[in-house]
Amino acid sequence: MSARIFGSGIRRREDPRLITGSATYTDDITLPDMAYAAMLRSPHAHATIKNIDTKAAVAAPGVVAVYTGADIEGQLEPVPCAWLLPDSDLKIAGYPCIAKDVVRYTGDIVAVVVADNRYQAYDALDLIEVDYDPLPTVINPKAAAKADAPQLHDDIEGNQAFHWTVTGGDVDAAFAEAETNGIIIKDRILQQRLIPNAMETRSAVAQYNRASGELTLWSTTQNPHIARFLCSVVTGVPEDKLRVIAPEVGGGFGSKIAVYPADFLTIFCSKSLGRPVKWTETRSENYQATTHGRDHVQDVELSATKEGEITGLRCTVYAGMGAYLSTAAPGIPTILHGLMLSGCYTVPAVKEDVYGLYTNGVPVEAYRGAGRPEATFMLERLIDVLAAKLNLDPAAVRQKNFIPKFDDGHDVVTGLTYDSGDYPGGLTKLLEHTDYKTLRAKQAEGPINGKYTGIGISSYVEICGLGPSQVAGAIGFQGGLWESAIVRVHPTGKVHVFIGASPHGQGEETTFAQIVASEIGVDANDVKIFHGDTDNTPMGWGTYGSRTTAVGGAALAVAVRKIRDKAKVLAAHLLEASAEDMEYADGKFFVKGSSDKSKTIQDVALMANVAWDLPEGMEAGLEASTFYDPPNFVFPYGSHLAVVEVDTETGHVELIKYTALDDCGPQINPVIVEGQVHGGVVQGIGQALWEEAVYDDSAQLTTGTMLDYALPRADKLPPIEVISTVTPSPHHPLGVKGVGEAGTIASTVTVYNAVMDALKPLGVTSIDMPFTPERVWRAIQDAKGN
Amino acid sequence: MFSADFDYFRAGSVAEAGELLAKHPGAKLLAGGHSLIPLLKLRLAAPGAVIDIGRIADLQGISVADQLTIGALSTHAEIASSSDVQQHAAALADAASQVGDPAVRNRGTIGGNVAHADPASDLPTVLVSLGATVTILGPDGKRSVNIADFFQGVMMTSLGDNDLITSIQIPTASADQVTAYAKFSHPASRYAVIGVAVTLTITNGTCSDASIAIGGLVPTPTRCKAVEDALRGQPLSTSTIATAASTVINDLGDDLLGDVFASAEYRKAVAHVYVRHALTTAAKRVK
Repeated sequence: MSARIFGSGIRRREDPRLITGSATYTDDITLPDMAYAAMLRSPHAHATIKNIDTKAAVAAPGVVAVYTGADIEGQLEPVPCAWLLPDSDLKIAGYPCIAKDVVRYTGDIVAVVVADNRYQAYDALDLIEVDYDPLPTVINPKAAAKADAPQLHDDIEGNQAFHWTVTGGDVDAAFAEAETNGIIIKDRILQQRLIPNAMETRSAVAQYNRASGELTLWSTTQNPHIARFLCSVVTGVPEDKLRVIAPEVGGGFGSKIAVYPADFLTIFCSKSLGRPVKWTETRSENYQATTHGRDHVQDVELSATKEGEITGLRCTVYAGMGAYLSTAAPGIPTILHGLMLSGCYTVPAVKEDVYGLYTNGVPVEAYRGAGRPEATFMLERLIDVLAAKLNLDPAAVRQKNFIPKFDDGHDVVTGLTYDSGDYPGGLTKLLEHTDYKTLRAKQAEGPINGKYTGIGISSYVEICGLGPSQVAGAIGFQGGLWESAIVRVHPTGKVHVFIGASPHGQGEETTFAQIVASEIGVDANDVKIFHGDTDNTPMGWGTYGSRTTAVGGAALAVAVRKIRDKAKVLAAHLLEASAEDMEYADGKFFVKGSSDKSKTIQDVALMANVAWDLPEGMEAGLEASTFYDPPNFVFPYGSHLAVVEVDTETGHVELIKYTALDDCGPQINPVIVEGQVHGGVVQGIGQALWEEAVYDDSAQLTTGTMLDYALPRADKLPPIEVISTVTPSPHHPLGVKGVGEAGTIASTVTVYNAVMDALKPLGVTSIDMPFTPERVWRAIQDAKGN
Repeated sequence: MFSADFDYFRAGSVAEAGELLAKHPGAKLLAGGHSLIPLLKLRLAAPGAVIDIGRIADLQGISVADQLTIGALSTHAEIASSSDVQQHAAALADAASQVGDPAVRNRGTIGGNVAHADPASDLPTVLVSLGATVTILGPDGKRSVNIADFFQGVMMTSLGDNDLITSIQIPTASADQVTAYAKFSHPASRYAVIGVAVTLTITNGTCSDASIAIGGLVPTPTRCKAVEDALRGQPLSTSTIATAASTVINDLGDDLLGDVFASAEYRKAVAHVYVRHALTTAAKRVK
């Protein structure tokens, strides 16, 4: 038993089942008499449907039913958007579960086949004849805003889903001043579309019980309670009769926040047929129809003094939303982006206009970092350009502009109050650790064999631990953002914990057990964490936005401290001492000054449960619950450094060194933190160097398989060094902040800056991501005037 | 895999495979499955029958007699780790060790690879450089086809409908021969964006003969005659290598391949770099 287990890098208890393949995912669920659904998806990005002929499919072997848009009318509500962004002229396009008249992206569902097995279902898809009349398409969000752009939705003018702004300070005055006495930096940044690529594709199993009217949905979701709520609204199954189970979920990265047409349709099929129905997407289908991330065109301007002091930031962002608004989509390029514009710097004035635009692509949603990488990128890129223009060291420009160290609240220009941070200290430690001066000196020796070295840094602060529910309401999020926990201590002192959050790979079954163990002194192995089943866990709002430990962990800490408080009173009673004289340490409750008079948590648990001898008025049992609504967000931060080598002959970029310094507060399990940073950093590097969902001129997805869409590979990466500082959040019961997205938020622009730093001597100023060898090579040729 | 319906047969012998092919027109042969299965999965191929030849003993094994003989079912991993291949065709071992990832290399076979004739494949380029011969069993018996005549276009070969590759023959290497393979691999598929194989004969420090092939950016592996001519009679110095490599531009022809990742124009512009890399590696192998 170890009461000091908080901070210990114990092994993840999730791993044995994951590594040995014995975990149960949604697609592993098999029920008697189960049928299989397959979706017929539009091959056109934009077309009117003139006719659908399903006769041959209906008659095909094993086919149980075929449904088209006409069949679900009045049966299924449109797919809801659950982030109703206020003051933004939000226009939500009708999003039918099955397209009836018009398809708007390659992947829009036009029919569903249900058959006795999956082969038969796919065979029958080939037999459905759809007569399409193709329409013009638009995929680039800025192009979609043009007056002559093809229009996606009849009732929505100019494809504009919303126009959201954030302002702080007098940005026009800042730019006017810089015009005459300072410097203005401008850039156009493209945040390409990315495919989240969770290892497990999406899947749903629905089982309807006609006798009871109850329905169980096994779903690949990051947020089963939200899924239950939305499924109830769309399918009409009352919430009390709807049970959503997220079994093992193989990663999400944001793509499993949304509740999708196929989920609602699987429920519809089971309800209509009275049979269990399973639907599992193929990888190609995942690329084609599961939400993508990013997709911004950013026009950014920064004003500064000639000494490199930032005075203002002004930008216009065109955010591609895809054909329809996914569940949380409107909040991503706005709330989670624009409010973080000023980063970790004292920026006196900001203004941002964000235009959300409908385009003929898969809906765009949260993707690891969700809005914050796109914000961090703008500022961190422009600071490097500013430094280059002023011939200053980019690290020095950052140090000049950082918000000074603070430990209990700092108001920034966008209206947020950051919780705590020491941004200058973090960067200083990173530069010392990596021996930045030597790296620069080595770089100054010049290229070897046409290979140029570049050094990139970025400093970030991010908003996570979403967030106070009052704020959720104010920003249009159609739900609360508290979390809950129930802690139940059994007679032998073993513990069951029931949480509303829904981890799916992050390791909270381990870290939450560590929280319990360190608060009441039980062995972490004696704590079982239940999550992901709406019938046996309390309500919770899900795992995304690095909030599970930041909010769910806080709920658990509060609940388990209630256990400790009750245990203390009971221990005092058993020791015939006064509760005020009791102390707790290392799993023992003892009388102050006489540690031999003590009771363990196990002693107390037994007595609480048998209830033979309780203080007057004390209820039996040892159980506590909490609904924890955080008073503020948490704001992790850090600085990262990358060294790259660019082969100017071919344009190949090689990442030589990567060091991440992150501050997520006290670390419950440093090995898990390191793993989260590794994964996050690699995903961000993927955006800089390899990943891009490419649509062609007719909005066909060219990178439709893993043969074309390049993911990071271990052999293309150097060892990633992870170091940290520890600045507790003043308002969190454990002081912890989130860490799931930090790596992704920092690493894309770190690597981008490194590559541009390498190419600076050649006069290259801008390259769109990802840095494919050809793009880099062309930029070099252009700079040479070839 | 949710392919279209097909009948599955497992052939116990080469003769049985031939009979099954004759009996099931349009049937596809399955060896390691790394070209066929993806096509079936995506329903880009829907043969009525699949004939599994993966367990036929006669198609397995690597041996050396007067030639190096590689059974059609030899996997990339077997080829990469074979000491006979390393000795007589080092470039082939180089290339095989760079195909896909370990799972692919443990399943994919040389026979399936050349039969598929993907222009982005690695092994065909090396086999052209090495002057290999493909042994084929058809309805009229066995025949041997020079590798240069085997590849006829993008995913097109001289194989007839009922033909089956049994083995690949490669001339054994003389003591003065060195080979090497250099590759620009696609970051997603690991196929060759550009692949270059060189087979050089070095006499008294001078390149007396050269057989160089390039693949990836051309429809079929292509001999680089200009580079070969530029090398013959030259010592393998950094400058002669660079000069010879730069002439590859004259060998590429007009039908160049490109895609969203790397255009034909770009591939053409950087092709010489990979010729240089292959030559440099080969030069280092000169004893």
